[in-house]
Amino acid sequence: MDKNMNVLIVDDYKTMLRIIRNLLKQLEFDNVEEATDGTEALAKLRAGNFGLVISDWNMEPMTGLDLLKEVRADARLKTLPFIMITAESKTENVVAAKQAGVSNYIVKPFNAETLREKIEKVLVHA
Amino acid sequence: MLDVKSDPIEQAVRQVLGSLAGDMTTTEASLLAELEALGSEVRRAKSEMAALRVDDIGASHIPRATDELDAVVEHTANATNEILDVCEGLEAMQARVAPAEAEKLASAVTRIYEACSFQDITGQRISKVVSALKAIEARVSSVTARFAPATELPPLIAAVPITLATEGRALANGPQMPGAASSQAEIDKLLASFD
Repeated sequence: MDKNMNVLIVDDYKTMLRIIRNLLKQLEFDNVEEATDGTEALAKLRAGNFGLVISDWNMEPMTGLDLLKEVRADARLKTLPFIMITAESKTENVVAAKQAGVSNYIVKPFNAETLREKIEKVLVHA
Repeated sequence: MLDVKSDPIEQAVRQVLGSLAGDMTTTEASLLAELEALGSEVRRAKSEMAALRVDDIGASHIPRATDELDAVVEHTANATNEILDVCEGLEAMQARVAPAEAEKLASAVTRIYEACSFQDITGQRISKVVSALKAIEARVSSVTARFAPATELPPLIAAVPITLATEGRALANGPQMPGAASSQAEIDKLLASFD
């Protein structure tokens, strides 16, 4: 697993971005960039070279699910590992995310061990 | 002659009574009297509604409540960021303490990070409450418009529009109540069922 890869974290709560960044730092992922909604994230993904996206769902104007669909529809980004971290825990949300091509799904509140486990699982299969 | 200040229902009843005076049966007279009383009740209810100052709900109470809730989010965000500042300071100290102590410090800091994610969940729950308050405000405005005298009406508050433009937006409901939320294990099992 290449921990020098660029990771993009997407959340409209700045505090949550800070928490995820710090947890990733503990997992030795130091190259972390941030976006506060899907639109900003998509622009960064198209302009940069990222190895992993960790995104919230409920954001304005572009939600995490809509970002995921845009990513999967983009020829260059379609295989990019994409983890959803969200408070949306209904079955219909998980099914919609899976059908849209999510790599893994973490429900908030989550712990550092779950984050580590899902990242490892996703990157091993990438 | 009709009293122009009275309620239209009462006016109509008085008009009918006036035109039928002397030709009515006892039952008809009783029925019309009942209708007249009903008209008076409607007029009294309208006056009472106006006196209740329901427009205060939209003009003052709900905006104040939403401001208070916004302040709660801001205060908890500030407090969480203070905690995170301290945690980052503790992480910076790890290199200067013995390995065993550094490991304990890292574990404690991780638990604090995990706990601080409460701010995201409470923020989303408060946003849902604010949306509910705005929906109540719109309903109150609508009821007031139907019953209060036209001269005392506050401006009608439009219902909060619900945008369902995308699947992502349509499925964005925020945190579930504890009993209704799926656990990580249940979600993992559901995801595995696709493989």
